[in-house]
Amino acid sequence: MVNETLMKFEVKNLNVHYGNLQVLKDVTISVQKNEILGVIGPANSGKTSFLRVLNRLIDLTPDVRVKGEICLDGKNTYAKMNAEEVRKRVGMVFALPQPLPLSIFDNVAYGPRRHGQHNSGKLTEIVERSLKAAFLWDEVKDRLSASGMKLSGGQQQRLCIARTLAVEPEVILYDEPCSGLDPISTAKVEEAMFVLKEKYTQILVTNNVKQAARVGDRVAFFLMGELVEIDQADRIFTAPRDKRTDDYVTGRFG
Amino acid sequence: MKISPQTREKIAFLFLGIATCLVLIPVFMIIFILMEKGAQAISWEFLTAKPRMGMRAGGIFPAIIGTVYLVLGTVAAALPLGLFAAIYLVEYAKGNWLTRMIEVAIVNLAGVPSVVYGLFGMGLFVIFMKLDASILAGSLTLAIMILPVIITASREALSTVPQSFREVSLALGVSKWQTIWHVVLPNAISGILTGTILGVSRAAGETAPILFTAAAFYLPKLPQSIFDQCMALPYHLYVLSTQVPNVNPKIQYGTALVLVGLVFFTNLVAIIIRARFRAGKQW
Amino acid sequence: MKRQVESAIEKFILLNGIACIFFVILIFLFLAREGLALFKTFSPLDFLAGTRWYPISTPPRYGILPLFLGSLIVTLGATVISVPLGMACAIFIGEIAPRWLREILKAGVELLAAIPSIVIGFIGMVTLAPWVKHLFHLPTGLTALSGSITLAFMAVPTIVSIMEDAITAVPKSYRAGSLALGATHWQTIYRVVLPAASSGIVAAVMLGIGRVIGETMAVMMITGNAAVMPTTILEPVRTMTATIAAEMGETVQGSEHYFALFAIGLVLFVITFLINMTADIFLHRKRK
Repeated sequence: MVNETLMKFEVKNLNVHYGNLQVLKDVTISVQKNEILGVIGPANSGKTSFLRVLNRLIDLTPDVRVKGEICLDGKNTYAKMNAEEVRKRVGMVFALPQPLPLSIFDNVAYGPRRHGQHNSGKLTEIVERSLKAAFLWDEVKDRLSASGMKLSGGQQQRLCIARTLAVEPEVILYDEPCSGLDPISTAKVEEAMFVLKEKYTQILVTNNVKQAARVGDRVAFFLMGELVEIDQADRIFTAPRDKRTDDYVTGRFG
Repeated sequence: MKISPQTREKIAFLFLGIATCLVLIPVFMIIFILMEKGAQAISWEFLTAKPRMGMRAGGIFPAIIGTVYLVLGTVAAALPLGLFAAIYLVEYAKGNWLTRMIEVAIVNLAGVPSVVYGLFGMGLFVIFMKLDASILAGSLTLAIMILPVIITASREALSTVPQSFREVSLALGVSKWQTIWHVVLPNAISGILTGTILGVSRAAGETAPILFTAAAFYLPKLPQSIFDQCMALPYHLYVLSTQVPNVNPKIQYGTALVLVGLVFFTNLVAIIIRARFRAGKQW
Repeated sequence: MKRQVESAIEKFILLNGIACIFFVILIFLFLAREGLALFKTFSPLDFLAGTRWYPISTPPRYGILPLFLGSLIVTLGATVISVPLGMACAIFIGEIAPRWLREILKAGVELLAAIPSIVIGFIGMVTLAPWVKHLFHLPTGLTALSGSITLAFMAVPTIVSIMEDAITAVPKSYRAGSLALGATHWQTIYRVVLPAASSGIVAAVMLGIGRVIGETMAVMMITGNAAVMPTTILEPVRTMTATIAAEMGETVQGSEHYFALFAIGLVLFVITFLINMTADIFLHRKRK
């Protein structure tokens, strides 16, 4: 039994349709505070859609219908909150690094500035703090005014993490963040995630089953829009309850 | 005699090439004629002095300045309207019947004859809104006329901004309008600028819309406010070449040359902006 | 507060979005208001079918037919010249010219499009008209033919650019398939590419026609302004557009003549509206 007060996200009976296509079927899942939840599954299993429901980015999809109850700290994210509020508390790092065409400093400061922070001293403090938390500070501290787009892939992704951290969310969603990165950059991102555990709840969607095993506390397996199984990471890989999970993690399909 | 397909092709391509030359030669011919016959008229006096002797001597400065005023007024009216309409179409429109109707309306505005715009401008601005023939009435008329140009160019510019930029901004909890203002617009500005400049250069050369709404052939003073009439280069050329007897052709060609020079110059500026932006684009 | 501001901004943006619809309707309403007023004192049938346009006779005659036919002749003449020429140019630029040449040619066409119509009219008046007069031994070179030739060059850039878009939009696979079967490039063009681009081509022609019908200043300077029923293209004619421009300055606001000119404007609006709608349908059909 999991302690109720440790729930960050509680999702009940989530059903999502794009037009006539159903992408998530009756998903019920909870995410614990300060855990790293790995989400695995083959392509088109609904993993990314699931993530985008959590920060309401799915609202941008044309013809989308979201049904069910999604609660962040007990508050319904659709009925009782507006999208901007949700997204301030739930940040997202995307698959391909997406720096804005601005300087490194301005990239990280973008969120705080839009939320009303214009004091340059405070902004400098926020930028430094966020870059340090993303393990990027040492590499860029002397060139904060350089364009964010000139960094390497791995650095750009950490810049995106720093940018997300700058608005001080409570949850960080990662949508296959290392898919375009080399092993060393990947290791750095994973290292950052471990350190961030202390303050943040993190959900990591990944195509790399081994990464989920390395990083996740619990792992959820999605298949064709359904949540098949969710359990402690080591049990998912050593003794899954569902045959489909077993087939996927051992590589029989996927 | 049987002609092989290869020979047929060569003949066909030859004709196509000739046709292309036929299309392009007049361009150079026109420029050449204007320069040959009009360059002599261009002098400092011509560009800065007022006309004398019933337009037969002196300069065309009031016409130049009148065109400039009209253009400024047109931009002031058309740019915000066109830009926001484009923002609606790209960022907010749902792709439903309303969107389609707007697009149809834009196509139609683009196809309305310029003299019909003149009639409309006269009916609405000069008479109904009692603005009288004025720079204001002329600018508003021209603004509606070039609206399709600005909307189309702005739409394209806004659509070119990658969707990922918007998602990144929204994912940080930034509101939609703030995202448009801080991320989308700054990255679309060169396309918007280019479209506006092209629209404006078109407005500068139009005669019919300003015939009944703003232009006068001779005004003793330069316009003092937007409620005054003005002289304008295209109208000046028209009257000089059809209604004033015994004008030195030099002056006609010179006026035409100044007008074409102005239009070409503004087009060139637009093209340079577009090229430099494409070269420096980081994405 | 922020939400309210944002919501107000969004409403403002929506207003701007539908402004275009509003303007089209407004134009139509204003033209109709003044134009239909003519029919209080003058029969619509006499207007549409009357063969005499004598605004200053007593009683005045407002038959639009000579003007309509004037527009028609000049437009047809311009179309006959500009469509083959424009199409040939579009094919050359889109299919045959090497890449470096293509940009130069496109720039040249854009240059032609940029020249104000009044300047083209002026040049036509001082160079083309005397030449036509000389060639055909006419009393004046200001004829429908001169107008057609001049307007053709104004329509060509529109035709070239839309057709060229349509041609380059044809998928490369179509061409590759035809060439693989042994056809020459030229055969591929007229058997595969052109039919595939046909709706774009039709749209280009229609928009070119629309451009010509709507032209005012150039025709005023070149076609001679004789508001009589045209019999040949070597005579002066008067178009609907030129009539409005030439006579509006002399009418009294609110007079029958004034309404008659608005009525012509209404006719022009309806004609170009229909042409543009048709062209748009063809362009849209292509994109599907």
